[in-house]
Amino acid sequence: MNTFLWVIVPYLCLATFVVGHYWRYRYDKFGWTTRSSQLYENRLLRLGSPLFHFGMLGVVAGHFVGLLVPESWTNGAGLSNHAYHWGALVGGLAAAAATLAGLVILIYRRRTVGPVFSATTKMDKLMYVFLAGVILLGIWNTVSGASFLFGGHEYDYRQGVSIWFRQFWSFHPDPALMGAAPLSFQLHAFVASLLFALWPFTRLVHVFSAPVGYLTRPYIVYRSRDTQLGNRRPGRGWEPLG
Amino acid sequence: MRVMAQMAMVMNLDKCIGCHTCSVTCKQAWTNRSGTEYVWFNNVETRPGQGYPRTYEDQERWQGGWKLNRRGRLSLKAGGRFRKLATIFSNPKLPSIHDYYEPWTYDYATLTDAPAQEHTPVARPKSLLTGGDTKITWSSNWDDDLGGSKASFENDPVLAKVSTEVKRSFEDTFMFYLPRICEHCLNPSCAASCPSGAIYKRSEDGIVLVDQDRCRGWRMCVSGCPYKKIYFNHRTGKAEKCTFCFPRIEVGLPTVCSETCVGRLRYLGLILYDADRVLDAASTPDDQDLYRAQREILLDPNDPEVVAAAERDGVPHDWVMAAQRSPIHALIQTYEVALPLHPEYRTMPMVWYIPPLSPVVDAIGETGEDPEDQRNLFAAIDALRIPVEYLAGLFTAGDTAVVDSVLQRLAAMRSYMRDLNLGREPDPGIPARVGMSEEEMYDMYRLLALAKYDERYVIPAAHAEQAHSLEALGTECPVGSGPFGEGSGSPVPIAVENFTMLRNRQTADTVAAPDDKATRVNLLNWDGRGIPTGLFPPRQEVTETEEVGEAGTPDTSDDGATGPGGTGGLTGGADYR
Ligand code: SF4
Ligand code: SF4
Repeated sequence: MNTFLWVIVPYLCLATFVVGHYWRYRYDKFGWTTRSSQLYENRLLRLGSPLFHFGMLGVVAGHFVGLLVPESWTNGAGLSNHAYHWGALVGGLAAAAATLAGLVILIYRRRTVGPVFSATTKMDKLMYVFLAGVILLGIWNTVSGASFLFGGHEYDYRQGVSIWFRQFWSFHPDPALMGAAPLSFQLHAFVASLLFALWPFTRLVHVFSAPVGYLTRPYIVYRSRDTQLGNRRPGRGWEPLG
Repeated sequence: MRVMAQMAMVMNLDKCIGCHTCSVTCKQAWTNRSGTEYVWFNNVETRPGQGYPRTYEDQERWQGGWKLNRRGRLSLKAGGRFRKLATIFSNPKLPSIHDYYEPWTYDYATLTDAPAQEHTPVARPKSLLTGGDTKITWSSNWDDDLGGSKASFENDPVLAKVSTEVKRSFEDTFMFYLPRICEHCLNPSCAASCPSGAIYKRSEDGIVLVDQDRCRGWRMCVSGCPYKKIYFNHRTGKAEKCTFCFPRIEVGLPTVCSETCVGRLRYLGLILYDADRVLDAASTPDDQDLYRAQREILLDPNDPEVVAAAERDGVPHDWVMAAQRSPIHALIQTYEVALPLHPEYRTMPMVWYIPPLSPVVDAIGETGEDPEDQRNLFAAIDALRIPVEYLAGLFTAGDTAVVDSVLQRLAAMRSYMRDLNLGREPDPGIPARVGMSEEEMYDMYRLLALAKYDERYVIPAAHAEQAHSLEALGTECPVGSGPFGEGSGSPVPIAVENFTMLRNRQTADTVAAPDDKATRVNLLNWDGRGIPTGLFPPRQEVTETEEVGEAGTPDTSDDGATGPGGTGGLTGGADYR
């Protein structure tokens, strides 16, 4: 069971994620968009969208540190475990609060603003369920991490989940590490895997078009007409113009 | 010097009757789809008025276009790259659908479905955004002919800038129409604002297009364009804009709006310009010098040096020849009567306008004086500051001297030609007074009043050896739902008609040419002469075959009038001119 949940499913999801994106990009460049609904409604979006997105950026950064940086490195850098957890808690809560507030505003907006609601596809709704699920479970994990403040015994994910996660990328995952994690962590990881499998088929693909190239390219883009053959030959020199 | 060619347009505002034919035909050809209901690549505004979207010219509010920063360098008015990325999650300057209007339809079905009842059933307006009932409060031409009167009049951003005296009285009011399309700017701020780099200027003919496959829906172009000529397709989530009908232009046909213009007031042609000096010209410190600066980067296609440089820079020879015959070059540079719209936005727009003399003429007419007498006209141009200042606000960043001189030329032409037309001795003093020779004046008159189809539209066809599939690229979007929502899936080719394609289709043995083709006829292509095959069901014995050639025969007899086949993009453009 552990092997199925923490080896087979994640790798299947990863494969779907990668192949799905490749396929979507080939098949559906035209549908690759943020599908913004700002035109319909701006007041709520102006609040919710930056909250959510910047919160999410914080969340991603937090996961990066928590999952990819081994405990020995932070210890080596002179950061005590206690200090690390304080940092993770404060940063995590801030990002979680922003994300959650944004998410609530955006979902409320999606449901109550008529044009936005009617522009919501089934795929969007499914995606929202998974996304909200992952986020809520994640927030629960963060908050329960605060129990160390009250002397409670807290699950140190850097001894378990993180190691599994790194092993996952080197293709030697030990499912027992995940199996030993608390249920909320297991659920978070599992739903996240499914979300990643869903990813290429939703509007979430817009994450991969974050336009960083804008910072370096010249302002005005010149492009020649494509070089495929046109459907007419050039006129002979003596034929009248226009 | 780096010579580039630009396809440009000039519109003669005196002739616009505000009929909206251009808008309607453009819409039929390009934006007759869901998601683009509110999109008018071509719109005609009553001026003074708010414009479309409302008050788009108020750049303090919308922050479109370029400005000079503190160091005198050209920068995007809405903030540079970092600012753009920081606000990418919610564009602070995006007009909402309510600044355009909420698209709607009517519930026509009730008219036929309603059960028997005492009152006649009505078709209620239904919002196309929510599908629910809606109340219509605004639309694209709600203030047409000052329909909205004072309320909309007072919101005109151009009027707000001219002296307060102008706003004082409604007796001296004046009105004209301003048809607008995308300006296909030399220094497009829409392209500069696009984080994905999806908007590009074609190096061959300067047409600015949105690559639908690269657009990711960040919406920065919508706010970046000071003319608000980029629209967000709310179904596909991508930006769309006027394409200058590039599939037509590439085969030498005029744009749909030009072709169908009732006033025949649009001119199309090439302009050569020096691409190396665009940035300098756009950075001219004084707003009022921008008109001159923009004219200075336009090159004289008759100058042998320019011709040599053009060939060096890859402008084909027939294009240079077309540039020499270009009505655009003549109107901007030779006769100096065409002016750019809002040069102060610093995008170097390439759709220029001949300002209307009619407010002046009308004002004289009302006093009972002779509105074609040059003395009256000249005096009136001096006296009627209101229209002049307003026009200056539109076309020269407020420099009335330039507008004065253009209006004087138009007035001089009017008086001079009247003498000629009445068989009187023409007065050479009139052209001299505006710095023109009699011959020049007559040529200008010819171009403005008489020019035939091939003089108004001098469009060299694209070179196939450098061209691409005319149908595949561009901004047409499929309609209907793919698995990921509206419009996903591979793009559908642009449904544009040109005579080559029409001919191909008529002779092709594909689904487009059904078996029973012989029994069908496109009446829109029928010019009224002869009996096309299929107009009547087949009859035995009678040889109709001789008439086969009549079906969709090129309509060549005409001097440029829009003949039965002449609506181009709508009916298949069988007009072979
Ligand atoms: S007018 Fe056209 S080319 Fe110019 S900035 Fe606007 S959309 Fe771009
Ligand atoms: S078709 Fe011509 S005359 Fe009519 S509104 Fe358009 S530009 Fe004006």
